Amino acid sequence: MESLLRLNEIAKNTRRLILEAVAEAGSGHPGGSLSAVELLVALYFYKMRHDPKNPRWNDRDRFILSKGHAAPLLYSILAQAGYFPIEELKTLRKLGSMLQGHPDLRTPGIEYCGGSEGIGLSVAVGMALASKLDNKQWRVYALLGDGELQEGQVWEAAMAAVKYKLDNLTVIIDRNGIQQDGFTENIMPLEPLNAKWKSFNWNVIEIDGYNFNHIIRALDRAEETINRPTVIIAHTTKGKGVSFMEWAPEWHGKAPKKEVLPKIIKEELGY
Amino acid sequence: MRTSYGEALVELGAINNDIVVVGADTTQSVKSAMFGSKYPNRLFNIGIAESNAISIAAGLALAGKIAFVSTYAAFIPGKCVDQIRNAIAYPNINVKIVVSHGGLSVGPDGASHQQIEDIAIMRAIPNMRVIVPADATAVKRLTHIVASTDGPFYMRLARPSSPIVYEDGKFEIGKANILRDGNDISIIACGLMVPEALEAAEILKNEGISARVIDLFSIKPIDKDTIIDAAKTNGIVTVEEHNIYGGLGSAVAEVTSEYKPVRIKRIGVDDRFGESGEADELLDKYGLKAKHIVNKAKDLMK
Repeated sequence: MESLLRLNEIAKNTRRLILEAVAEAGSGHPGGSLSAVELLVALYFYKMRHDPKNPRWNDRDRFILSKGHAAPLLYSILAQAGYFPIEELKTLRKLGSMLQGHPDLRTPGIEYCGGSEGIGLSVAVGMALASKLDNKQWRVYALLGDGELQEGQVWEAAMAAVKYKLDNLTVIIDRNGIQQDGFTENIMPLEPLNAKWKSFNWNVIEIDGYNFNHIIRALDRAEETINRPTVIIAHTTKGKGVSFMEWAPEWHGKAPKKEVLPKIIKEELGY
Repeated sequence: MRTSYGEALVELGAINNDIVVVGADTTQSVKSAMFGSKYPNRLFNIGIAESNAISIAAGLALAGKIAFVSTYAAFIPGKCVDQIRNAIAYPNINVKIVVSHGGLSVGPDGASHQQIEDIAIMRAIPNMRVIVPADATAVKRLTHIVASTDGPFYMRLARPSSPIVYEDGKFEIGKANILRDGNDISIIACGLMVPEALEAAEILKNEGISARVIDLFSIKPIDKDTIIDAAKTNGIVTVEEHNIYGGLGSAVAEVTSEYKPVRIKRIGVDDRFGESGEADELLDKYGLKAKHIVNKAKDLMK
């Protein structure tokens, strides 16, 4: 395991890579990428069994980015893990790039074509069923946005995961409270969110999505839980780390200008 | 047709452990339950949740399984075109959608259950192949072919049992079968309309018109050569249990208009919804019987 200090360093670097990639592309989704940085750092650099040199290794844990618009985050993580060169991030969203606007199987390390919200958890359920059917130990992790919980299919999948006792499935919800049009509780309220998942018979853990100790403990507890799936509701801040993007719905899907990027990276990230 | 599908699944289950089946509360009716009774841990009944079922099938396929998913055509693709497009066709994975109750011949359940737009919808999705078998033998052969051919498929079965078309026969994805030769006129059909086309050809023969009958079970990929060849007759009648927009007739017209223009008469459901009634009554009322084919063929001979 990487030390906490190291995880924090990776997180900081990830924020920089996200901002650089999105600014270079001139479009993309910085807000929802920045909000879930620590969650993915913990998954890829602490928890998951995976091999960047052998992305299709049969016994790897699988990660589903259901909120596919956070592609810049996932690409930044995969590049740092060694799935492809960091320089590749500069091609994000450009013609001919393997880094599509939303995840695509052509990219090493990508397991699922996210983009249309609300589907990822069902796909994760299918994968977890396959692992169980083959008596394998590999686990499935899925990151869902909170806004996408408004899709009814998420709750269909939630029922199925319990029916099949998928204790090899861990869902993380990036509970940043903001969706494209504004605050989730104004657009279509999700609360009481914890009670909803509990009533579906999931093991529910609520954490601070920026505290690595919390995240790690939650991921470990999820793995220890038997006979039912776990959902980790991670309280996060959209745009985390860049003060003017935090809690600002307008930064859901807007790229910062390239010219102001050095200033942002210096003043906001402390480089 | 459905029983033949169930039998094929059972055969496939025996030879390949990676075959799994996903159902949506209609497993008895679409006969995927036959697979389930033999291999209970490989049948996943997801309940009345088609979007979920189709996406779970995608997850199984992404993890290396060959996932068949089956229910009524009204609901898959009816309720989940987005999931089929984004979770199956775009990643180009091994999900085999085999649906029953396609077309008007569903009968008394009425318009809500009579799927007449599916061929158009599925044909428009990249990577998706569209198959409409004509009888039980075709269903069995094609289920095996679909299982062993990489990538996504949509295969549509009808609810009623079908007259025998094939005692034997060769099936190849992308190749149409010429069931009867003829040089005056060509009839191109799929599914339950194939026996109607054969009956029409017999009637036409008695009236001195020689009709070629083509089973276009593989609507996508389509057999251009056979269609272009058919376009050398005096005209083509297309017949399908589907809206006249976007289905087999459209697919044939796309080929002929580009490569060998010819007069075409499309027989299908004329852009309206069906209703309750027995299958045969409906096919008669909506103009999908042999006699209707005969009339269109004669029009083309004028």
